[in-house]
Amino acid sequence: MKLLRLLASLALTALGLLAVTFLIGRVVPTDPALAVAGDRATREQLIEVRRQLGLDRSLYVQFGRYVAGIARGDLGESLLTGNSVTTDIARVFPATLELATVGIVFGAGLGIPLGVWAAVRRGRWPDQLSRVLGLVGYSAPIFWLGLTALLLFYAKLGWVGGPGRINVGFLYSVEPRTGLMLVDTLLAGDAEAFMSAVSHIVLPGALLGYFSLAYISRMARSFMLKELSSEYVVAARAKGLPERRIVWGHALRNAAVPLLTVVALSYAGLLEGSVLTETVFAWPGLGQYITHALQSADMNAVLGGTLVVGAIFIGINMLSDVLYRLLDPRTK
Amino acid sequence: MTPASRHQAAIARVKKGWQAFARNRLALTGLMLIALLAATALLAPWLATFDPTQGDLQTTRLLAPSGTHWLGTDDQGRDILSRLIWGSRITLLIVVLVAVLAAPLGLLVGTAAGFFGGWVDALLMRLTDIFLAFPRLILALALAAALGPGIENAVLAIALTAWPPYARLARAETLALRQADYIAAVKLAGASSSRILLRHIMPLALPSLIVRVTLDMAGIILTAAGLGFLGLGAQPPSPEWGAMIAGGRAFVLDQWWVAAGPGAAIFVVSLAFNLLGDGLRDVLDPKGSE
Amino acid sequence: MMLEVRNLRVSYPQRDGRVIEAVRGVSFSLGRERLGIVGESGSGKSQTGRAIMGLSAAGACIEAEALSFDGQDLLQMNEVARRRLRGSRLAMILQDPKYSLNPVARIGAQIVETLRTHRRVSTQEARQRMLASLREVGIEDAERVARLYPHEVSGGMGQRVMIAMMTICEPELLIADEPTSALDVTVQLQVLAVLDRLVRERGMGLVFVSHDLRLVASFCDRILIMYAGRVVETLDSGRLHEARHPYTRGLLDCLPRLDAPRHPLPTLQREEAWRHA
Repeated sequence: MKLLRLLASLALTALGLLAVTFLIGRVVPTDPALAVAGDRATREQLIEVRRQLGLDRSLYVQFGRYVAGIARGDLGESLLTGNSVTTDIARVFPATLELATVGIVFGAGLGIPLGVWAAVRRGRWPDQLSRVLGLVGYSAPIFWLGLTALLLFYAKLGWVGGPGRINVGFLYSVEPRTGLMLVDTLLAGDAEAFMSAVSHIVLPGALLGYFSLAYISRMARSFMLKELSSEYVVAARAKGLPERRIVWGHALRNAAVPLLTVVALSYAGLLEGSVLTETVFAWPGLGQYITHALQSADMNAVLGGTLVVGAIFIGINMLSDVLYRLLDPRTK
Repeated sequence: MTPASRHQAAIARVKKGWQAFARNRLALTGLMLIALLAATALLAPWLATFDPTQGDLQTTRLLAPSGTHWLGTDDQGRDILSRLIWGSRITLLIVVLVAVLAAPLGLLVGTAAGFFGGWVDALLMRLTDIFLAFPRLILALALAAALGPGIENAVLAIALTAWPPYARLARAETLALRQADYIAAVKLAGASSSRILLRHIMPLALPSLIVRVTLDMAGIILTAAGLGFLGLGAQPPSPEWGAMIAGGRAFVLDQWWVAAGPGAAIFVVSLAFNLLGDGLRDVLDPKGSE
Repeated sequence: MMLEVRNLRVSYPQRDGRVIEAVRGVSFSLGRERLGIVGESGSGKSQTGRAIMGLSAAGACIEAEALSFDGQDLLQMNEVARRRLRGSRLAMILQDPKYSLNPVARIGAQIVETLRTHRRVSTQEARQRMLASLREVGIEDAERVARLYPHEVSGGMGQRVMIAMMTICEPELLIADEPTSALDVTVQLQVLAVLDRLVRERGMGLVFVSHDLRLVASFCDRILIMYAGRVVETLDSGRLHEARHPYTRGLLDCLPRLDAPRHPLPTLQREEAWRHA
């Protein structure tokens, strides 16, 4: 019964999502028929194009067709590439997935221990460090930091690869089996290509990761502080347990459940961050796809991308809710 | 001494709040920086020594920071510092407009949903959830793309993505307040729903909302800068900070200062709002802090 | 003497220079007997117990002329040695099993954890001893309960689990901090019976901290009355009626009696002088 209600709620939100993107598409001040027919078209031609695009029907009918199209997987055609938006997005999505995953591994892998450390050493320098890192993460524009990082680590120091996913030389020699460059180069057994891919993903991945680290470490600290002041921690100390076991085995185990939700949400947030990061690093992912489409007023592509991101967002939110329910024995 | 009137009590509360706030040096720094921003924006015509939109392509193009041009010049020969000063007006304008649009909307939606409950609540919260389902920048992007470039559209787009969390917060506060005894007392005294909502519930939900909005300002500035970076928002030759970074992007390797100035400015202002928001939260909503 | 406490002081220095004194010079000694510490909230009774265990909150300043267990100076001891005592020779039972048991670990695992921290035992033996400890506190269905999570058992059973968890290593001294205050009255008696039997059979020393004077009197041999961080009176529990300090007399006066109803029921009038008695 609860599952049904969850699904119904999900369906309603998804419908609302579609409505929003649909309406945004209709808000465009320029006549889409003009875009298709060209600005030298005659009145008759425009009316014909409008009829073809279905723009002469009522708004409800148009929305109905829109939803039906989505259900079929049809997101319209891209003005820029001429392909179906769905194909385009399927092509660029793995790059963003790879980047976001590297980012979250970095962010959670460093952020959680940092947060725990900050909580245990409350008021001392690890705590201050976590606070400073958090503040910078919340205040710095990611695209500026990215540019600066690129300048420093690539141009001046030469420690990492430059823009793009891999060295141009390898670009066509690697077979795109999964779309994930790290995986594909490994599968092809090409060590050099793999290293090149790594050197290219490390900077944008670390950048994205930093922003999720800022959030995750602050939340981890907050949760840990709450757990460490609980009675069961006093009881654990009364049992004579070593402090390390109490911190990691008791307090963190309890904080892990809400923390997982935080990590999941942060992962979703990285999708947002990737839009600007990909632009700076010329990373051919969903973010760059949307921004290019934006700059060419390719509304189908923009809205298609927005819809996909929104859907993923909802999906991750729902997943983290389910995970929470599964992992906390009190809610079973 | 006990206050003689409601007014006196209110003033005493504000004074005490200010003292608690002022004890936090970082928050005070944040406040000063924002005051500085406001002052810069107001006094821009007198502070900026060079023309922010017109530069001399022949003589002053891409000059490094020096005694005359403290932050150097950009690829159009314009003094960067002057552009930053004039750009502060745009930043301030965006922040104020978004706050003025989004906060009351969120407050209204949230308190109405929490107070009336039932289908009103369900409907309004469904609407809020739908908007929350999009990551903020992406939705703002889509909206700005649809509406077209320009600062008014950017403001509108950001405001439309900013109100949902405020509505959620206001609703949570309202739900907690609705049960309070004095609300029941006011009801018994015959107050109408709108009166209760306006005069009693909204003012009480306000403090945590203010804290939230202040903490959000940094995010709003960053989103606006992001839009500017992507070419939406204020159009050239307007000295919007995000757009300035985009302009400096091509030169970042050899003329790093073109992007550095605006980037630092955005960082400092966001930081100021974050510090201010943290300080406000410690004073107004202590259970939210550690 | 198992436990020797002389002039124990627990204070919390504040950020603005003030110092909050929770315990202001408490002294007593304890052998293999039952000592009750009675007081209201803020009297410092819990703080005394925690200071002995070394579990005071962060920022606490503990001082004493003497604080020793079995001849060992607790204050001079390093943290590792102190920790080794806790759970194995010196144990503490907390008030509310809803909060003092780890919510995400099974009951059996939590009990085994105490054992394996202090003794080298095989997994098999640890499990057997854990089950035995559960049966000893009156939980017959030990296998089933061991697999449960704390929120799945009632308050009374949770408190019994707490007792099992803290006594599995057979400590010599047990400090019970309001062990029954969070329980229903009927369940209180059951848990107290378990505690009584365990303390008697193992010959443990017991410090029973509570706000309930009558309960403590029925359970313990000696009683310390605490007020505002100080001990205002020490009594044998059989001689309660001979209490001399006005605070103790006031407490006794407040207790309702079935055979001699009094209207209105007297309340305690606190005197400022008692803070400096």
